[in-house]
Amino acid sequence: MNMYGSKVVGWGAALPDEVVTNKDFEARLETNDAWITERTGIKERRMGGTTSSLAVEAAQKALANAGLQPSDIGLLVLSTTTPEQTVPATSGTIQAQLGLTCGAFDINAACAGFVYGLVVGHSMIATGTERVLVIGSDTLSKITDQQDRSTAVLFADGAGAVILERTAPEDNAVLGWDLGVDGSLVPILYCDHGGYLKMEGREVFKRAVLAMVSSAKTAMERAGVTADDIALVVPHQANIRIIEAANNRLGLSMEKTAIVLDTTGNTSSGSVPLALSAAVEKGMVNPGEYILFSGFGAGMTWASAVVRWGK
Amino acid sequence: MDDAKTFEQFKECAVKVLGVSPDKVVMEANFAEDLEADSLDIVELVMELEDSFSIKVEESELENVNTVGAAYELVKGKLA
Repeated sequence: MNMYGSKVVGWGAALPDEVVTNKDFEARLETNDAWITERTGIKERRMGGTTSSLAVEAAQKALANAGLQPSDIGLLVLSTTTPEQTVPATSGTIQAQLGLTCGAFDINAACAGFVYGLVVGHSMIATGTERVLVIGSDTLSKITDQQDRSTAVLFADGAGAVILERTAPEDNAVLGWDLGVDGSLVPILYCDHGGYLKMEGREVFKRAVLAMVSSAKTAMERAGVTADDIALVVPHQANIRIIEAANNRLGLSMEKTAIVLDTTGNTSSGSVPLALSAAVEKGMVNPGEYILFSGFGAGMTWASAVVRWGK
Repeated sequence: MDDAKTFEQFKECAVKVLGVSPDKVVMEANFAEDLEADSLDIVELVMELEDSFSIKVEESELENVNTVGAAYELVKGKLA
Protein backbone atom coordinates (compact mmCIF):
# COMPACT_ATOMS: atom_id res chain seq x y z
CA MET A 1 0.00 0.00 0.00
CA ASN A 2 1.12 3.56 -0.71
CA MET A 3 2.27 5.78 2.14
CA TYR A 4 -0.60 8.15 1.39
CA GLY A 5 -3.85 8.32 -0.50
CA SER A 6 -5.48 11.33 -2.12
CA LYS A 7 -8.93 12.83 -2.54
CA VAL A 8 -10.49 15.74 -4.42
CA VAL A 9 -11.06 18.74 -2.14
CA GLY A 10 -11.77 21.51 -4.64
CA TRP A 11 -12.87 22.07 -8.22
CA GLY A 12 -13.59 24.92 -10.61
CA ALA A 13 -14.05 25.70 -14.29
CA ALA A 14 -13.76 28.64 -16.67
CA LEU A 15 -15.09 29.46 -20.13
CA PRO A 16 -14.42 32.46 -22.34
CA ASP A 17 -17.24 34.97 -22.82
CA GLU A 18 -17.77 34.76 -26.58
CA VAL A 19 -20.51 32.29 -27.54
CA VAL A 20 -20.35 30.88 -31.07
CA THR A 21 -23.57 29.07 -32.08
CA ASN A 22 -24.20 26.60 -34.88
CA LYS A 23 -26.17 29.39 -36.56
CA ASP A 24 -23.04 31.53 -36.58
CA PHE A 25 -21.27 28.80 -38.58
CA GLU A 26 -24.26 28.50 -40.93
CA ALA A 27 -23.66 32.10 -41.91
CA ARG A 28 -20.06 31.53 -43.05
CA LEU A 29 -19.60 27.81 -43.80
CA GLU A 30 -21.56 25.28 -45.79
CA THR A 31 -23.08 23.55 -42.78
CA ASN A 32 -26.22 23.75 -40.69
CA ASP A 33 -27.46 23.48 -37.14
CA ALA A 34 -29.33 20.18 -37.71
CA TRP A 35 -26.28 18.46 -39.25
CA ILE A 36 -23.94 19.60 -36.46
CA THR A 37 -26.41 18.75 -33.70
CA GLU A 38 -27.23 15.28 -35.03
CA ARG A 39 -23.63 14.23 -35.54
CA THR A 40 -21.99 15.86 -32.55
CA GLY A 41 -24.57 17.01 -29.98
CA ILE A 42 -22.89 20.45 -29.99
CA LYS A 43 -25.21 23.50 -30.13
CA GLU A 44 -22.78 26.23 -29.16
CA ARG A 45 -19.25 26.64 -27.90
CA ARG A 46 -17.05 29.34 -26.33
CA MET A 47 -14.03 30.93 -27.93
CA GLY A 48 -11.48 33.36 -26.54
CA GLY A 49 -9.06 33.89 -23.70
CA THR A 50 -5.69 32.20 -23.44
CA THR A 51 -4.63 28.83 -22.10
CA SER A 52 -3.14 30.56 -19.04
CA SER A 53 -5.98 33.05 -18.42
CA LEU A 54 -8.63 30.31 -18.47
CA ALA A 55 -6.43 28.07 -16.32
CA VAL A 56 -5.90 30.82 -13.73
CA GLU A 57 -9.63 31.53 -13.51
CA ALA A 58 -10.50 27.84 -13.09
CA ALA A 59 -7.74 27.35 -10.51
CA GLN A 60 -8.81 30.39 -8.47
CA LYS A 61 -12.33 28.96 -8.32
CA ALA A 62 -10.94 25.59 -7.22
CA LEU A 63 -8.85 27.25 -4.49
CA ALA A 64 -11.89 29.19 -3.24
CA ASN A 65 -14.03 26.05 -3.43
CA ALA A 66 -11.48 24.17 -1.30
CA GLY A 67 -10.97 27.11 1.08
CA LEU A 68 -7.23 27.08 0.38
CA GLN A 69 -4.54 29.70 -0.22
CA PRO A 70 -1.92 29.57 -3.02
CA SER A 71 0.70 28.75 -0.40
CA ASP A 72 -1.17 25.54 0.44
CA ILE A 73 -0.43 24.05 -2.99
CA GLY A 74 2.61 21.77 -3.24
CA LEU A 75 2.65 21.15 -7.00
CA LEU A 76 0.93 22.38 -10.16
CA VAL A 77 0.28 19.99 -13.03
CA LEU A 78 -1.08 21.59 -16.18
CA SER A 79 -2.56 19.43 -18.90
CA THR A 80 -2.62 21.28 -22.20
CA THR A 81 -2.17 20.60 -25.88
CA THR A 82 -2.17 24.32 -26.67
CA PRO A 83 0.77 25.74 -24.67
CA GLU A 84 1.39 29.45 -25.21
CA GLN A 85 5.00 29.01 -26.23
CA THR A 86 7.25 26.12 -27.19
CA VAL A 87 9.51 27.19 -24.32
CA PRO A 88 8.87 27.65 -21.46
CA ALA A 89 5.97 25.54 -20.21
CA THR A 90 2.69 27.43 -19.74
CA SER A 91 2.38 26.06 -16.18
CA GLY A 92 5.09 28.55 -15.16
CA THR A 93 3.02 31.53 -16.29
CA ILE A 94 0.03 30.13 -14.41
CA GLN A 95 2.11 29.42 -11.30
CA ALA A 96 3.25 33.06 -11.20
CA GLN A 97 -0.21 34.52 -11.86
CA LEU A 98 -1.76 32.38 -9.11
CA GLY A 99 0.98 33.39 -6.68
CA LEU A 100 2.06 29.80 -6.13
CA THR A 101 5.55 29.02 -4.86
CA CYS A 102 5.58 25.34 -5.79
CA GLY A 103 6.96 23.41 -8.74
CA ALA A 104 4.98 23.23 -11.95
CA PHE A 105 5.08 21.39 -15.25
CA ASP A 106 3.00 20.75 -18.36
CA ILE A 107 1.84 17.40 -19.61
CA ASN A 108 0.42 16.75 -23.06
CA ALA A 109 -1.75 13.71 -23.59
CA ALA A 110 -4.20 15.62 -25.79
CA CYS A 111 -7.85 15.21 -24.80
CA ALA A 112 -6.99 12.42 -22.35
CA GLY A 113 -4.59 14.81 -20.62
CA PHE A 114 -6.69 15.87 -17.66
CA VAL A 115 -7.16 12.27 -16.50
CA TYR A 116 -3.43 11.70 -17.02
CA GLY A 117 -2.86 14.78 -14.83
CA LEU A 118 -5.18 13.47 -12.16
CA VAL A 119 -3.24 10.21 -11.97
CA VAL A 120 0.11 12.07 -11.95
CA GLY A 121 -1.19 14.30 -9.15
CA HIS A 122 -2.34 11.30 -7.14
CA SER A 123 1.03 9.64 -7.62
CA MET A 124 2.93 12.72 -6.43
CA ILE A 125 0.76 12.77 -3.32
CA ALA A 126 1.37 9.06 -2.75
CA THR A 127 5.07 9.89 -2.47
CA GLY A 128 4.63 12.80 -0.09
CA THR A 129 3.35 16.01 -1.71
CA GLU A 130 0.55 17.44 0.40
CA ARG A 131 -1.65 19.05 -2.25
CA VAL A 132 -1.56 19.06 -6.05
CA LEU A 133 -3.44 21.48 -8.27
CA VAL A 134 -4.36 19.72 -11.51
CA ILE A 135 -5.52 22.02 -14.30
CA GLY A 136 -6.77 21.14 -17.75
CA SER A 137 -6.82 24.14 -20.08
CA ASP A 138 -6.95 24.41 -23.84
CA THR A 139 -7.66 26.98 -26.51
CA LEU A 140 -8.23 24.67 -29.46
CA SER A 141 -9.85 27.47 -31.49
CA LYS A 142 -6.31 28.82 -32.00
CA ILE A 143 -5.18 25.64 -33.77
CA THR A 144 -8.41 25.09 -35.69
CA ASP A 145 -9.01 26.25 -39.27
CA GLN A 146 -12.19 28.30 -38.84
CA GLN A 147 -12.90 27.85 -42.56
CA ASP A 148 -12.87 24.02 -42.35
CA ARG A 149 -16.42 22.92 -41.63
CA SER A 150 -15.32 19.43 -40.53
CA THR A 151 -13.30 20.73 -37.57
CA ALA A 152 -14.35 24.36 -36.93
CA VAL A 153 -17.67 23.35 -35.38
CA LEU A 154 -16.04 20.87 -32.98
CA PHE A 155 -13.10 22.52 -31.25
CA ALA A 156 -13.32 25.30 -28.70
CA ASP A 157 -11.81 26.81 -25.57
CA GLY A 158 -12.20 26.12 -21.85
CA ALA A 159 -10.53 25.05 -18.63
CA GLY A 160 -11.15 23.25 -15.37
CA ALA A 161 -9.19 22.41 -12.26
CA VAL A 162 -9.25 20.15 -9.25
CA ILE A 163 -7.20 20.11 -6.08
CA LEU A 164 -6.04 16.77 -4.72
CA GLU A 165 -5.16 16.51 -1.03
CA ARG A 166 -3.22 13.91 0.93
CA THR A 167 -5.19 11.41 3.03
CA ALA A 168 -4.40 8.39 5.14
CA PRO A 169 -3.99 5.34 2.87
CA GLU A 170 -7.31 3.85 4.04
CA ASP A 171 -9.15 7.04 2.99
CA ASN A 172 -7.67 7.07 -0.50
CA ALA A 173 -10.27 8.09 -3.09
CA VAL A 174 -8.34 7.61 -6.36
CA LEU A 175 -9.04 3.91 -6.63
CA GLY A 176 -8.04 2.61 -10.02
CA TRP A 177 -6.89 3.91 -13.37
CA ASP A 178 -5.66 3.05 -16.80
CA LEU A 179 -3.43 5.18 -19.03
CA GLY A 180 -2.53 4.33 -22.59
CA VAL A 181 -1.49 5.44 -26.02
CA ASP A 182 -1.30 3.82 -29.46
CA GLY A 183 1.32 5.88 -31.26
CA SER A 184 0.64 4.16 -34.57
CA LEU A 185 -2.56 6.23 -34.76
CA VAL A 186 -0.87 9.66 -34.94
CA PRO A 187 -2.01 10.16 -38.58
CA ILE A 188 -5.74 10.10 -37.73
CA LEU A 189 -5.62 13.20 -35.50
CA TYR A 190 -2.73 15.64 -35.31
CA CYS A 191 -1.62 19.25 -35.59
CA ASP A 192 1.79 20.27 -36.91
CA HIS A 193 3.70 23.25 -35.46
CA GLY A 194 2.06 26.38 -36.78
CA GLY A 195 -0.67 24.36 -38.49
CA TYR A 196 -4.27 23.37 -37.89
CA LEU A 197 -5.85 20.23 -36.44
CA LYS A 198 -6.35 17.48 -39.01
CA MET A 199 -8.74 14.67 -38.25
CA GLU A 200 -10.12 11.56 -39.90
CA GLY A 201 -13.47 11.80 -38.15
CA ARG A 202 -14.91 8.34 -38.70
CA GLU A 203 -11.71 6.53 -37.81
CA VAL A 204 -11.31 8.67 -34.68
CA PHE A 205 -14.94 7.94 -33.75
CA LYS A 206 -14.37 4.19 -33.96
CA ARG A 207 -11.04 4.21 -32.14
CA ALA A 208 -12.40 6.53 -29.46
CA VAL A 209 -15.32 4.25 -28.66
CA LEU A 210 -13.10 1.17 -28.50
CA ALA A 211 -10.47 2.95 -26.39
CA MET A 212 -13.02 4.38 -23.96
CA VAL A 213 -14.72 1.03 -23.44
CA SER A 214 -11.55 -0.94 -22.88
CA SER A 215 -9.91 1.72 -20.71
CA ALA A 216 -13.00 2.29 -18.55
CA LYS A 217 -13.35 -1.45 -18.01
CA THR A 218 -9.71 -1.73 -16.93
CA ALA A 219 -9.98 1.22 -14.52
CA MET A 220 -13.17 -0.19 -12.97
CA GLU A 221 -11.61 -3.65 -12.58
CA ARG A 222 -8.55 -2.17 -10.89
CA ALA A 223 -10.79 -0.14 -8.58
CA GLY A 224 -12.85 -3.24 -7.78
CA VAL A 225 -16.14 -1.73 -8.97
CA THR A 226 -18.61 -2.49 -11.75
CA ALA A 227 -20.68 -0.24 -14.01
CA ASP A 228 -23.60 -0.58 -11.56
CA ASP A 229 -21.46 0.97 -8.80
CA ILE A 230 -20.73 4.12 -10.82
CA ALA A 231 -22.94 7.06 -9.79
CA LEU A 232 -21.50 9.56 -12.25
CA VAL A 233 -19.66 9.17 -15.55
CA VAL A 234 -17.49 12.09 -16.61
CA PRO A 235 -16.35 11.38 -20.16
CA HIS A 236 -14.28 13.55 -22.47
CA GLN A 237 -16.71 15.91 -24.19
CA ALA A 238 -15.94 15.42 -27.88
CA ASN A 239 -19.11 14.05 -29.37
CA ILE A 240 -22.38 12.87 -27.81
CA ARG A 241 -22.48 9.94 -30.23
CA ILE A 242 -19.11 8.63 -29.00
CA ILE A 243 -20.31 8.89 -25.42
CA GLU A 244 -23.60 7.11 -26.21
CA ALA A 245 -21.84 4.32 -28.12
CA ALA A 246 -19.31 3.78 -25.33
CA ASN A 247 -21.95 3.93 -22.59
CA ASN A 248 -24.07 1.34 -24.41
CA ARG A 249 -21.19 -1.07 -24.50
CA LEU A 250 -20.25 -0.41 -20.87
CA GLY A 251 -23.80 -0.67 -19.51
CA LEU A 252 -23.77 2.95 -18.29
CA SER A 253 -26.83 5.16 -18.66
CA MET A 254 -26.84 8.66 -20.14
CA GLU A 255 -28.85 9.83 -17.08
CA LYS A 256 -25.79 9.43 -14.89
CA THR A 257 -23.41 10.92 -17.45
CA ALA A 258 -22.10 14.48 -17.21
CA ILE A 259 -22.66 16.34 -20.48
CA VAL A 260 -21.58 19.91 -21.22
CA LEU A 261 -20.48 19.54 -24.84
CA ASP A 262 -23.81 20.95 -26.07
CA THR A 263 -22.66 24.35 -24.78
CA THR A 264 -18.85 23.96 -24.75
CA GLY A 265 -17.87 21.89 -27.78
CA ASN A 266 -14.63 19.93 -27.48
CA THR A 267 -12.28 21.80 -25.15
CA SER A 268 -9.66 19.01 -24.97
CA SER A 269 -7.98 19.11 -21.53
CA GLY A 270 -10.69 21.44 -20.25
CA SER A 271 -13.58 19.12 -21.02
CA VAL A 272 -13.46 16.59 -18.20
CA PRO A 273 -13.10 19.10 -15.33
CA LEU A 274 -15.69 21.37 -16.98
CA ALA A 275 -18.14 18.46 -17.08
CA LEU A 276 -17.25 17.48 -13.50
CA SER A 277 -17.91 20.98 -12.17
CA ALA A 278 -21.26 21.18 -13.97
CA ALA A 279 -22.33 17.74 -12.70
CA VAL A 280 -21.39 18.57 -9.12
CA GLU A 281 -23.33 21.84 -9.33
CA LYS A 282 -26.35 19.91 -10.56
CA GLY A 283 -26.05 17.53 -7.60
CA MET A 284 -25.42 14.48 -9.81
CA VAL A 285 -23.01 12.90 -7.30
CA ASN A 286 -23.01 12.56 -3.50
CA PRO A 287 -20.12 12.05 -1.09
CA GLY A 288 -19.06 8.41 -0.98
CA GLU A 289 -20.29 7.65 -4.49
CA TYR A 290 -18.03 6.58 -7.36
CA ILE A 291 -17.13 8.68 -10.39
CA LEU A 292 -15.74 7.19 -13.59
CA PHE A 293 -13.53 9.63 -15.54
CA SER A 294 -12.71 8.67 -19.09
CA GLY A 295 -10.85 10.47 -21.85
CA PHE A 296 -9.36 9.80 -25.27
CA GLY A 297 -7.53 11.97 -27.73
CA ALA A 298 -4.84 12.50 -30.32
CA GLY A 299 -1.97 10.08 -30.03
CA MET A 300 -4.22 8.20 -29.72
CA THR A 301 -4.20 8.49 -25.99
CA TRP A 302 -6.73 7.23 -23.50
CA ALA A 303 -7.11 7.51 -19.75
CA SER A 304 -9.71 6.42 -17.22
CA ALA A 305 -9.92 6.66 -13.46
CA VAL A 306 -12.38 5.72 -10.75
CA VAL A 307 -12.58 8.22 -7.89
CA ARG A 308 -14.67 8.13 -4.72
CA TRP A 309 -16.30 11.53 -4.39
CA GLY A 310 -16.27 13.67 -1.26
CA LYS A 311 -14.04 16.13 0.52
CA MET B 1 -22.30 -20.79 -43.10
CA ASP B 2 -25.11 -20.60 -45.65
CA ASP B 3 -26.13 -17.36 -47.25
CA ALA B 4 -29.52 -17.03 -45.55
CA LYS B 5 -28.01 -17.56 -42.12
CA THR B 6 -25.24 -15.04 -42.80
CA PHE B 7 -27.73 -12.43 -43.93
CA GLU B 8 -29.88 -13.09 -40.87
CA GLN B 9 -26.83 -12.36 -38.68
CA PHE B 10 -26.09 -9.23 -40.72
CA LYS B 11 -29.70 -8.12 -40.33
CA GLU B 12 -29.60 -8.59 -36.55
CA CYS B 13 -26.59 -6.26 -36.37
CA ALA B 14 -28.31 -3.62 -38.53
CA VAL B 15 -31.55 -3.79 -36.50
CA LYS B 16 -29.63 -3.48 -33.24
CA VAL B 17 -27.40 -0.57 -34.25
CA LEU B 18 -29.70 1.40 -36.55
CA GLY B 19 -32.91 0.79 -34.60
CA VAL B 20 -34.90 -0.08 -37.73
CA SER B 21 -37.49 -2.83 -38.18
CA PRO B 22 -36.08 -6.08 -39.66
CA ASP B 23 -38.28 -5.93 -42.77
CA LYS B 24 -36.55 -2.69 -43.81
CA VAL B 25 -33.14 -4.35 -43.96
CA VAL B 26 -33.25 -5.56 -47.56
CA MET B 27 -30.49 -5.68 -50.18
CA GLU B 28 -31.62 -2.61 -52.08
CA ALA B 29 -32.13 -0.43 -48.97
CA ASN B 30 -30.01 2.73 -49.07
CA PHE B 31 -28.50 3.52 -45.66
CA ALA B 32 -29.06 7.26 -45.85
CA GLU B 33 -32.42 7.38 -47.63
CA ASP B 34 -34.22 4.22 -46.48
CA LEU B 35 -32.66 3.54 -43.08
CA GLU B 36 -31.93 7.14 -42.04
CA ALA B 37 -28.37 6.16 -41.14
CA ASP B 38 -25.64 8.80 -41.21
CA SER B 39 -21.88 8.28 -41.51
CA LEU B 40 -21.44 7.68 -37.77
CA ASP B 41 -24.26 5.10 -37.77
CA ILE B 42 -22.36 3.27 -40.51
CA VAL B 43 -19.20 3.31 -38.38
CA GLU B 44 -21.17 1.83 -35.49
CA LEU B 45 -22.70 -0.79 -37.77
CA VAL B 46 -19.23 -1.74 -39.00
CA MET B 47 -18.03 -2.09 -35.40
CA GLU B 48 -20.98 -4.37 -34.64
CA LEU B 49 -20.35 -6.45 -37.78
CA GLU B 50 -16.65 -6.73 -36.92
CA ASP B 51 -17.54 -8.13 -33.51
CA SER B 52 -20.32 -10.37 -34.73
CA PHE B 53 -18.44 -11.92 -37.66
CA SER B 54 -14.89 -11.62 -36.20
CA ILE B 55 -13.73 -9.67 -39.24
CA LYS B 56 -11.85 -6.40 -39.77
CA VAL B 57 -13.09 -3.65 -42.08
CA GLU B 58 -10.82 -0.77 -43.05
CA GLU B 59 -12.16 2.76 -43.42
CA SER B 60 -11.05 2.80 -47.09
CA GLU B 61 -13.27 -0.18 -47.85
CA LEU B 62 -16.38 1.80 -46.95
CA GLU B 63 -16.10 4.15 -49.93
CA ASN B 64 -19.19 3.73 -52.11
CA VAL B 65 -20.85 1.39 -49.63
CA ASN B 66 -24.28 3.04 -49.65
CA THR B 67 -26.67 0.11 -49.57
CA VAL B 68 -27.34 -2.92 -47.41
CA GLY B 69 -26.42 -5.10 -50.40
CA ALA B 70 -23.00 -3.48 -50.81
CA ALA B 71 -22.26 -3.76 -47.09
CA TYR B 72 -23.41 -7.36 -47.02
CA GLU B 73 -21.19 -8.26 -49.98
CA LEU B 74 -18.24 -6.64 -48.19
CA VAL B 75 -18.86 -8.77 -45.11
CA LYS B 76 -19.43 -11.94 -47.11
CA GLY B 77 -16.19 -11.41 -49.03
CA LYS B 78 -14.32 -11.44 -45.71
CA LEU B 79 -15.83 -14.73 -44.61
CA ALA B 80 -14.67 -16.65 -47.66
